[in-house]
Amino acid sequence: MLEVRDLHVSYGAIKALKGISFKVEKGKVVTLIGSNGAGKTTTLKAICGLVRVQSGNVFLNGENITNKPTNEIVSKKIAMVPEGRRIFPNLTVYENLLVGAYQRNDKDGIQEDMEWIFSLFPVLKERLNQKGGTLSGGEQQMLAIGRALMSRPDLLMLDEPSLGLAPIIVEQLFEVIQKIHSEGKTILLIEQNAYAALNIADYAYVLETGRIVLQGTGKELLANEEVKRAYLGG
Amino acid sequence: MSDAQASACAFSSGGVLMNLTLFLQHLANGVALGFVFGLVAIGYTLVYGVVKLVNFAHGDIFMMAAFFVYYGIVLFSFPWFLSFLFAIFLTALLGISIEKVAYKPLRNAPRISSLCSAIGMSFLLENFAIVVFGGRQKPFYQPAVLNKTLNVWGVRIQLVTIITIVVSIGALFFLSYLVYKTKMGLAMRALAYDFDTARLMGINVDRTITFTFAVGSSLAAISAIFWALRYPQIWPFMGVFPGWRAFTAAIIGGIGSIKGAMVGGFLIGMISILLVAFLPDLAGYRDAFIFIMLVFVLLFKPTGLFGET
Repeated sequence: MLEVRDLHVSYGAIKALKGISFKVEKGKVVTLIGSNGAGKTTTLKAICGLVRVQSGNVFLNGENITNKPTNEIVSKKIAMVPEGRRIFPNLTVYENLLVGAYQRNDKDGIQEDMEWIFSLFPVLKERLNQKGGTLSGGEQQMLAIGRALMSRPDLLMLDEPSLGLAPIIVEQLFEVIQKIHSEGKTILLIEQNAYAALNIADYAYVLETGRIVLQGTGKELLANEEVKRAYLGG
Repeated sequence: MSDAQASACAFSSGGVLMNLTLFLQHLANGVALGFVFGLVAIGYTLVYGVVKLVNFAHGDIFMMAAFFVYYGIVLFSFPWFLSFLFAIFLTALLGISIEKVAYKPLRNAPRISSLCSAIGMSFLLENFAIVVFGGRQKPFYQPAVLNKTLNVWGVRIQLVTIITIVVSIGALFFLSYLVYKTKMGLAMRALAYDFDTARLMGINVDRTITFTFAVGSSLAAISAIFWALRYPQIWPFMGVFPGWRAFTAAIIGGIGSIKGAMVGGFLIGMISILLVAFLPDLAGYRDAFIFIMLVFVLLFKPTGLFGET
């Protein structure tokens, strides 16, 4: 479904990605783990066209989408939940969800998907007319995921959904991510919380200073000594 | 009671009546002028809300609109209403072009750069107008229909005052519908917070900004027409003070807030008219009063009356 080939990205003189290649196959959960500054967020931004790719390519279902405008890329059934949630605090929960469906015009389908999102996150329905900025961190993350789902994507990319959330909320969140996956969405997950991510991942890549240093199935990496030492605290 | 006393009494009660109708007359003028300032202020506030730029050329866009009407009538012999529409359309195009030329290339530059660019654009338009239109004042066409005076319960109101109020209210309703009920409005409000996230939602940022400038500039054109119908001499610097007052109105109301821009415009329109009417000795200090009001509002509420923190 998604293929990244030899991706290079720089911020000025700083090389953030030094040739990254990976694949996300349809129907799978794939995760990129790595510490701060490894290039995880940059990778997602490059896929979405939010940062400029210097060299290398991004293919979505065989189509080259490298450096296309973001609004064009996201019209190809791909959605991203950005790091730090980035919900619109000045819009209501309902409006935030509507923005997610910005490129759609099928009123009934939008309503249907909204109901589906309420079934995933019932609290959003209770807060429907509240301003996004008044939600708690966990609720904002749910809203950010719901907003991304409103575009009815095939591929959902999540950038550190667990960031700054209490462990119990993180646990709930990962359950919902699995549920979204089980309903047919392909997921590309970026996490610092390697343990939680590897647990639900079909396949995983380890990123270090702009390079992929290790890859394997979630289980393999969970058992890998190096991964254990560097990312799992033991 | 002597005759003299009686007549004095009658005179004074007549005076009160006169003052009341006079007051209502001035009030109507104040409301109309308030709407005019409000519409200009909305132009500042919309653009600031979306791209975080104070468009210092907005007052000069206002001036250009008046000249577009003038040339529509003088050069192309359009009927006046067609000339008004023509001017609104051209002004929207002008606003869009200014954004493309002067602000878009600086979108990722420090904010001070686009601010300087806006001030430069303001000078450019003024000097362009001097060179091309000439520095001398030109008479603005006054359609005879609009200059009729109506008598509403003894209060004499010009038709143009009523039309100003009605059209402005219409424009306001249209604008709130646009901003709060349409997809484009949703995109504008999303953009106001975060460009990149708006892009991720599939919003075409450039197109939304273009649209914002088109709307702001059209409102400037509408108010310029009403302004010129009221003060029918047009010249290259006619936009400077209305521009500053409207900008002040936007700040008083809380920049970024449409409601605030309208309320600020009203306050300033009222002060302008009522001060001249009732304290004519102080009329020369009109702008001083406006800026004193600005100082006080900012002292007690730095974000303006309806501004968000």
